[in-house]
Amino acid sequence: MNAMAAQRWNFWGGIITALTLVWAILWAFPLYWGVISSLKPDDEVVRPYIELWPETPTLENYIDALTTTQIGTWYVNSVAVAVGVTVITIFTSMLCGYAISQLRFPGRIALWWLILASFMVPTSALIINHFVLVANLGLLNSWAGIMLPQLIHPVIIIVYKQFFDQVPKDFREAAVMDNASEFGILFKIYMPMNWGVTTALSIVCFIWTWNAFLWPFLSVTRTEMMTITVGITQVNDAFGVYYARQLSAAVLAGLPVALAYLFFQRRVTEAITLSAGIKG
Amino acid sequence: MLRNSRTERLVALVLVAPFLAIYLLAFVYPTVQMFRISFTDAPLIGEGRWVGLDNYLRLDNDPMFRRAVWNTAYFVLMTVVPGTLIALLIALGVSRLKGRFQAIVLALFFLPYILPVSVVYLIWDWTLNFQFGIAMHVLDWLGIPRVPVFKSRVWFLPAVAGVTIWWTAGFSILLFLAGLRSIPAEIHEAAALDNSTRWTTFRRITWPLLWPVTSLVLTIQLILQLKIFDQVYLFSIGGRPNDNMVLVYYVFQKAFQQNQGGRAAAVAVTLFVLVVVVSVLQFQLLRFAERRRR
Repeated sequence: MNAMAAQRWNFWGGIITALTLVWAILWAFPLYWGVISSLKPDDEVVRPYIELWPETPTLENYIDALTTTQIGTWYVNSVAVAVGVTVITIFTSMLCGYAISQLRFPGRIALWWLILASFMVPTSALIINHFVLVANLGLLNSWAGIMLPQLIHPVIIIVYKQFFDQVPKDFREAAVMDNASEFGILFKIYMPMNWGVTTALSIVCFIWTWNAFLWPFLSVTRTEMMTITVGITQVNDAFGVYYARQLSAAVLAGLPVALAYLFFQRRVTEAITLSAGIKG
Repeated sequence: MLRNSRTERLVALVLVAPFLAIYLLAFVYPTVQMFRISFTDAPLIGEGRWVGLDNYLRLDNDPMFRRAVWNTAYFVLMTVVPGTLIALLIALGVSRLKGRFQAIVLALFFLPYILPVSVVYLIWDWTLNFQFGIAMHVLDWLGIPRVPVFKSRVWFLPAVAGVTIWWTAGFSILLFLAGLRSIPAEIHEAAALDNSTRWTTFRRITWPLLWPVTSLVLTIQLILQLKIFDQVYLFSIGGRPNDNMVLVYYVFQKAFQQNQGGRAAAVAVTLFVLVVVVSVLQFQLLRFAERRRR
């Protein structure tokens, strides 16, 4: 190999790495800036020059946000809705994915196509009729109402089916020979094999629901029923704008999902690539 | 065996039932209803009279609908291809890094994607704030006059497009990284031995091998951006929503602010058909490309 060419290759490689690093820092800077601004007292936030670190770091904005807005209630709403949607979606999708993959029943192929087809349908086009439906059920301004239209994630069924498909059929047949009950087979044999996928999908399903905006925004009009993602944008101060306080509310709203990502980085990225149809 | 297959069917029914019930109630039924009320003059809640194709014919010379279509198209133009290119560049840079260092750099790029849209909105509204935003200090320093970005007709959509790229790039980066990882390292080593330049290696090897992922990213982005609403709504608070009208916003405005369920449904059906056609078209194209490759 030509030595000069190798050297040139490495030189440019170094430049590209350095550029990537600088770019990454600039990319994440607005996040840093948001957090730092939320730690500044009111008078420091509006200073006409750039201060990358607060002169007198303070938590008063957080205390303000927690005590003067209903952020605590919104947190409870968000957790309830996100956990509810995740549990119901994962459970129903797993059962359905298992049935389509392992059992033979009439309508199986039709059901599978129906699920694949619904992948293409934009749910944001359905907002009018979701609203009518939920209103008719008397579920506006309720957890159940926020949850109902969010319970369908065809992609989760698709991922489960693909995973169950990889299990050899002999597995189930042997268990049937042993007189194991159908539900026993699912819960004692198949589910433990897929714990990894189940956790990964649960985490992203939680994050998707936590982050949902359009539907929770439409279905809730009462402040105390809002989820945190909607609440922090809907309640403005009557006495002018407190940027730092708004930012501290934003940090509080983003923290759970950011932490979920940082703790389960591998699982989250795995689930997201899986959900896009790329095998991990 | 007969008894067995009958139990199998019964079990299947029990397993499928919960999903199917939710699916029929919260998906199939609303979809059918959406088509039905688009032919009536129904308000948001309540029944209306049958008006045939009237709601659709009206769209033809509805200036607001036209604006919504154009703005959506403009937004798609500014986000889909540029966003995909930026994600590809970042993925190429990140894929060169190793181990822990790679994980940290990837996290910096990926974090925005994991955040709720309202947090993204608050952060950027603050960063680009006309009076106190740090971006404006930078403009002052560069000697460029300040711009009230989200109050300006010209800058609103480009700025929202930029924020959207920042917010959603993480997802595309992940897909590109997965694609890059599946290219065997030996291919690149062989290219380096052949004295081929970085650019030729990319053009002749990486890019063609990455094309399936690229088209996947483009499709997902296209469908996602056609449905733009959240960012436009949020950044328009206290601004001029009518100038920044996009399709889903128009559905929202007609149904929820003007109480015209039937006419809103006609817009929704248009969007619905648009997204389905794009998906089917893309699916066919992908299949075609795959067949040609073989």
